[in-house]
Amino acid sequence: MDYDVNGTTIAADEEGYITNLADWTPDLAGVIAKAENIEMDDERWEVVNFLRDYYDEYQIAPAVRVLIKSVKKSMGPEKGNNKYMYELFPYGPAKQACKIAGLPKPTGCV
Amino acid sequence: MAASTSESDDIRKMAHPLEIPRLKCGAMEGLAPFKASPEHQEKLGFPGELVPDWKEKALAKMKELGEKNRAFQVYLDTCVKCGACTDKCHYFLGTGDPKNMPVARQDLLRSVYRRYFTFAGKYFPKLVGARDLTEDVLNEWYSYYHQCSECRRCSVFCPYGIDTAEITMAARDIMDHIGIGMKYSNEIIGKVHDIGNNLGLNAKALRATLEDLEEDLEDETGISVRIPVDEKGADILLITPSADFFAEPHIDGLLGYAKVFHEAGVSWTVSSYASEAANFGLFIGSYEQMREISLRIRKAAQDLGVKRIVFGECGHAWRVGYSFLNTLAGPFDFLDQNYPIPQHIMEFTWDEIQKGTLNIDKSRNDHIRLTYHDSCNVARASRMGDEPGGQFEIPRNVIKAVCNHYFEMDRETTKESTLCCGGGGGLLTDDLMDLRKKGASPRMTAVQQVTEDHGVTHMAAICAICKTQFSKIMPAFGYEMDSIVSVHQLVSNAIILTGQVIDDDEDKSDE
Repeated sequence: MDYDVNGTTIAADEEGYITNLADWTPDLAGVIAKAENIEMDDERWEVVNFLRDYYDEYQIAPAVRVLIKSVKKSMGPEKGNNKYMYELFPYGPAKQACKIAGLPKPTGCV
Repeated sequence: MAASTSESDDIRKMAHPLEIPRLKCGAMEGLAPFKASPEHQEKLGFPGELVPDWKEKALAKMKELGEKNRAFQVYLDTCVKCGACTDKCHYFLGTGDPKNMPVARQDLLRSVYRRYFTFAGKYFPKLVGARDLTEDVLNEWYSYYHQCSECRRCSVFCPYGIDTAEITMAARDIMDHIGIGMKYSNEIIGKVHDIGNNLGLNAKALRATLEDLEEDLEDETGISVRIPVDEKGADILLITPSADFFAEPHIDGLLGYAKVFHEAGVSWTVSSYASEAANFGLFIGSYEQMREISLRIRKAAQDLGVKRIVFGECGHAWRVGYSFLNTLAGPFDFLDQNYPIPQHIMEFTWDEIQKGTLNIDKSRNDHIRLTYHDSCNVARASRMGDEPGGQFEIPRNVIKAVCNHYFEMDRETTKESTLCCGGGGGLLTDDLMDLRKKGASPRMTAVQQVTEDHGVTHMAAICAICKTQFSKIMPAFGYEMDSIVSVHQLVSNAIILTGQVIDDDEDKSDE
């Protein structure tokens, strides 16, 4: 299930997670989001950027709670909660937002 | 409403949790989870892809399993087709596909066993339902042995005690050995070997996450409660599912354990090397994988010099821990023999409650009307405490000590007869979401009954898989995703720590 970004093919696995993390670009994020029926906006970009920064530092996506705490700091308590995260990413902030951010899928009992 | 509800249209509406469906032959035919890549296969020592002489290899493996595991052969030989199991599987109840009847699932393998390993099957195959091992049969195995959550409910009702889970495990083991593995389970086992847990949470990230949670605890209670990592010389090593470090509502359970340990005044630690209770080696029926994962726990306990091992809320981990740990990774003669090896966190907390160590205000859970889901591997494959049935009573005792409003579901769906959440046994993967929802409908029908009868709002469980599964599928049944809670989340809500100042009556968030 590959993506096409301005004529370049980006490889992804069966579930749409890109296979080479270095392939990620903001344009690709838009393409993946579209495939997920999501329109990127400032809030969603904030989440995606946080995930990428966190991944840079720790080589794994943050726990949802850690993400929410950061969002709470930057966007306020009415947006820093689980419900709002699911409004932004209906299939879950961990899996769907990671996919758009070009990160591996969190595995395990999650 | 969260999660994808798009596929929920054909979820069966059931009048009763155990209502027998109309047969829908072939309803789930061809459903197959993603296969493991060569890389994931080879990491576990399995062939990367289907080997050319797969048929011979599969039969040789079947023979080997029959010789090594007498139960497996007895299960294949003794079924008398009495039919007692036919309506006992939640996937059959939820899908109506007759191949999800336990006896039919067993027969997918039994028919091949008969053809090659019994006199009648060798010479009169048609008379005894024996069939050749063909590619179609192999595909059928892959599909229907990944529609069994190894929950063992059917085995409770079988007069011979035939355990379909053992047959499913054997089938998966045979398939792994000819190069056909399941992506979800095998990728995860590889991560445990590389990093120490299913998530791939490395030591640095684990430390950062736990520091963050310590901050949260201090913000909430005003008390410094520690969640130590790799602390040498601690008395207790906590082995808990890595979902407890990552997912909701699991994390709230972890905070509950931390509060209980804190108030009990014991020293404890988690290990970054053995940062996983789950043992997916069980799910794929691989003794070798199960052993390798278990040995990490032994090594961590020795390296850290702990005296006790306590397991967190994880269903199948407790089966492996309670029933097999000593065989797989023992002897644990270096631990304090005055305590169970291993001990369940539920036993630990119940002991503290009985001793009166914990200051509990049950009214802090008054916003919750609760029911309890017995997780299959705890209910049917293990025990807790000193009394028979302790695995049923101890979690309930803890719950009733911290909650005022508790209600049981239909007795035919609890304790040893509990219904699987629909995501166990290595099926908790997005590519099986349709099956997961359908398989959850018997349990969810029982939940809906107690909601109707008693206004139940929440359900508690002590298994990471159950918690994730319910948080994903409950919205399809009209509940919020946070209607599923950890038992230690309820404990955490109710505990008032020594020195904690309570100044609010309203702020009892159920986050």
